[in-house]
Amino acid sequence: MPALDVRDLDRSFGSTKALEGVSFSVEDGELFGLIGPDGAGKTTLFRILSTLLLADRGTAAVDGFDVVRDARKIRERVGYMPGRFSLYQDLTVEENLEFFANVFGTTVARNRHLVDDIYRHIEPFRKRKAGALSGGMKQKLALSCALIHKPSVLFLDEPTTGVDPVSRKEFWNILANLRSQRITIVVSTPYMDEAILCDRVALMDDGRVLRIDTPDGIVEGFPGPLWIARARNMHALLSGLRDDPDVESAFAFGDAHHVKPRPDAKDPAGLARRLEERGHQEVVVAPARPGIEDCFIEMLGRKVSA
Amino acid sequence: MERFLSFAKKELLHILRDKRTMLLLLGMPIAQIVLFGFAISTEVGNTKVAILDLARDEASRRIERDLDASRYFEVVAHLEDAAEVEPLFRRGKASLVVVFQDGFRESLLRDGSAEIQLIADATDPNTATVFLQYATSVATAYARENQPPAAAPVGIVPQVRLLYNPQLKGAYNFVPGVLGMMMLLVCAMMTSISIVRERETGTMEVLLVSPVRPIFVILAKMAPYFLLSCVNLATVLLVSVFVLDVPVAGSLPALVLVSFVYILLALALGLLISTIAATQVAAMLVSGMAFMLPVILLSGMMFPVESMPAALQWISNAIPARWYIAAVKDVMIKGLGFQAVAKELAILSGMTVFFVAVALKNFKTRLE
Repeated sequence: MPALDVRDLDRSFGSTKALEGVSFSVEDGELFGLIGPDGAGKTTLFRILSTLLLADRGTAAVDGFDVVRDARKIRERVGYMPGRFSLYQDLTVEENLEFFANVFGTTVARNRHLVDDIYRHIEPFRKRKAGALSGGMKQKLALSCALIHKPSVLFLDEPTTGVDPVSRKEFWNILANLRSQRITIVVSTPYMDEAILCDRVALMDDGRVLRIDTPDGIVEGFPGPLWIARARNMHALLSGLRDDPDVESAFAFGDAHHVKPRPDAKDPAGLARRLEERGHQEVVVAPARPGIEDCFIEMLGRKVSA
Repeated sequence: MERFLSFAKKELLHILRDKRTMLLLLGMPIAQIVLFGFAISTEVGNTKVAILDLARDEASRRIERDLDASRYFEVVAHLEDAAEVEPLFRRGKASLVVVFQDGFRESLLRDGSAEIQLIADATDPNTATVFLQYATSVATAYARENQPPAAAPVGIVPQVRLLYNPQLKGAYNFVPGVLGMMMLLVCAMMTSISIVRERETGTMEVLLVSPVRPIFVILAKMAPYFLLSCVNLATVLLVSVFVLDVPVAGSLPALVLVSFVYILLALALGLLISTIAATQVAAMLVSGMAFMLPVILLSGMMFPVESMPAALQWISNAIPARWYIAAVKDVMIKGLGFQAVAKELAILSGMTVFFVAVALKNFKTRLE
């Protein structure tokens, strides 16, 4: 039995379709990522899975329990961490944790070992009000609160949005630890670099799941080669690239431009030469290994042109 | 039960942490009752009186002394001439001038009647009427004492007795009103705000995705405000008994019981508002506008229900505060017991059950 089984979910808000025919399943103990931009429908999906919203159509089951019929059973076994910081800002770290433990019918003393790894980081501040914590600490506290009752499935809605890079890394280490304790985790993120840390990811956009695979599988599925290009004037280079007959698409990506050559394109050196001839200086074009983001953008491009 | 207690403790912490709001909640009733009891009062106290005594005899001096001794009047000037009266009023030195005609005592003894002229500054007609009445009663009291029994005039003299509130104290009217208004404010507004706040900050989302039944969430929210309201009830009663001299003439248990029912009703109203209002501001406006104004205007707190147009009287039936204020007046002022407020108790209980039922029906266990 999969920990999560989602079939053909549809959900609209007025005329906006938040989810359209979403289906996937998550295995027990899997770390599953929902990757997609804002407005892709990730939060709506979480809310349906955690029994907070009803779907217009389709079914979903968590640990074999239906999200509509067995809502109460699900509420006893999931941990949910909403995107917005949802703890009591005027209560201290300690009080928040104790309260959420009690809400789930347990105590901090009894289940302390479950959150020890995480809570250790924030324990020095246990007398501090939650509102006065830094973003990263807030997320650790929220995760502790979501974990204190030993959930079998954990839903994390963009837990690292607005958190500094160091804390993000720490947070993902914690998730990896949790997975080794056989807790099923579904986590959403707009950050592509976090996607490779998941067992499997679902790429979502505009209410649809575009693709579900392991991060490696998604990268391997990238059609054709990928080149990166740099020059002294990066801005001019981008339009230069797009005008070139060998280039199918090009977009800015960090400190270099990622270029998808046409299937009949020959080699990066030819492209570099042509660009220099047209006045671009210090041009470097080299083959590169595509990342998840390249795949995602490529898929979006295909969807638009389709 | 453990869950409930930890919930209630959390709510109490919210209230205790928010020092300003707590001060407001505990201080407001005292401020209101003192304001209504002293500052906004229809009573007359220490009215400045000037005496124009043309008689200068024993009787006139005695009445003057009686006036000065009463706590409503203070003799501030003695005039020699009628021409001095008007400048005195113009300068605002006195609000009332008492004129004794020459030969006041003789005419009283000889004819059994004498005239006193009362000249009042009627800029504020209500006040003028009230202190004229007081002054008249002081003079009449003297006349009654000193009339020779044989010379008793034949005729009908109305003997007016004001029951329950012989001194026409404004506080007798305001204490029940303030109680009715304050409970609604504290309970309805604060409960609704605190529930809506959980929705606004997203904590409700987490609470909903927990095995806790919504009814526990709600009860736990109400418990601290119920306690707070009991504290407020006690302060208001203490202030009214010891500072405003408004006694609890009737059965204290009856008063407490009817207050408890009313507090529950206000809490249920707050819950109902929270199911309608989307934001804290909206919750505040709804409880402020939709509940406070009718309470002030239509409950009988300011204006007697009996003198309202029929349509408004009919509407006032639907206002819980009206029944509460009536019950409090019956018990506190008229000194009645349980039987007298049975009807009000029944109506308030019925309303409470109704509001709780509607609120629970409206309360969403999902996000929408």
